[in-house]
Amino acid sequence: MTLWQIIIAASIAVLALKLAGYLVPPALLHKPTPSRIADLLTVALLAALIAVQTLGSGQALTVDARIPAVIVAAGLFAIKTPFIVVVIVAALVAAGLRALT
Amino acid sequence: MTPAPLTVPATHADDETRQRRLAVREGLAVGLATAAYGVSFGALSVAAGLDIWQTSFVSIVMFSGGSQFALIGVLAAGGVGAGPAAIASAALLGVRNGIYGMRTAPIVGAGLWKRLAAGWITIDESTAVALAQPTPHSRRVGFWVTGLAVFIGWNATTLIGALIGDALGDTRAYGLDAAAAAAFVGLLWPRLKRMQAVAVAVAAAVVAATLTPVLMPGLPVLVAALVAVLVGLFNWLGGPTVPGGASARRGLRS
Repeated sequence: MTLWQIIIAASIAVLALKLAGYLVPPALLHKPTPSRIADLLTVALLAALIAVQTLGSGQALTVDARIPAVIVAAGLFAIKTPFIVVVIVAALVAAGLRALT
Repeated sequence: MTPAPLTVPATHADDETRQRRLAVREGLAVGLATAAYGVSFGALSVAAGLDIWQTSFVSIVMFSGGSQFALIGVLAAGGVGAGPAAIASAALLGVRNGIYGMRTAPIVGAGLWKRLAAGWITIDESTAVALAQPTPHSRRVGFWVTGLAVFIGWNATTLIGALIGDALGDTRAYGLDAAAAAAFVGLLWPRLKRMQAVAVAVAAAVVAATLTPVLMPGLPVLVAALVAVLVGLFNWLGGPTVPGGASARRGLRS
């Protein structure tokens, strides 16, 4: 496989999955159980992405400046700090800690 | 772009306008924040061996941060030989967009071209902002404004990141990896109002982290999603069942 083939196949697969969601009959989501599962799926996927994004380093787990940055971000979201401010502060915390160590 | 006024009249006549303005403001704020870490993807993508065209192609066609980072992550580690794993990782992380589409389809409404365009921009951010709005109209506005703002910002900053990737050197030194994680926290935070959601989030994070060294990149996140299926199916910690859509108010504006 060439790099272009990998990129095109992966991009089309992800786009097709997005479009597939629009083909599922909406009535399915009006029942309490599918609706609850869909809600919780979003929560689970976002939480899992945070874990992987914060701790993952390839297939290894590492403890680095991302952890304090994410903790600071959670604290700022808890006191209703605007999204963009939190994202910038998180980057600064990680960058600052890495500059110091 | 013009920032919406900080204070708006709260009369009933202006209620719909007010909701729409809030939705627009929220969408633009999320778009700006996402654009801020698009630089990170562009730079990391070039570092992983993609050229500028390939990097932009991914951001335009795939247009899903989690899948994109997974793709270049696997390619950076395993090269072209890891192609099948890279494709699988991106696709598996993209399954959630299909789930989001089931929720956003009623918001978008009918029409083939409208649904094609909407499907393209159905991602974490547009879904979260849309579902956070209180009225059908503001949900629709929130979805389109967020999706388009993120699409434009993400692709522009991806290109910038790819162009300056070499000059930037180590993007980690700028904390851009942490910025990406923090943005996901911002999308998750307002959804944690009930015990059930908190329990699912904690369990999913533990499962994903635990499985990261064991499974192919992309799979830990999907296995973690099974936590939601199990808890949702049996309604553990959930109390009485809520009618569909009643939870739609939970979202970015907490």
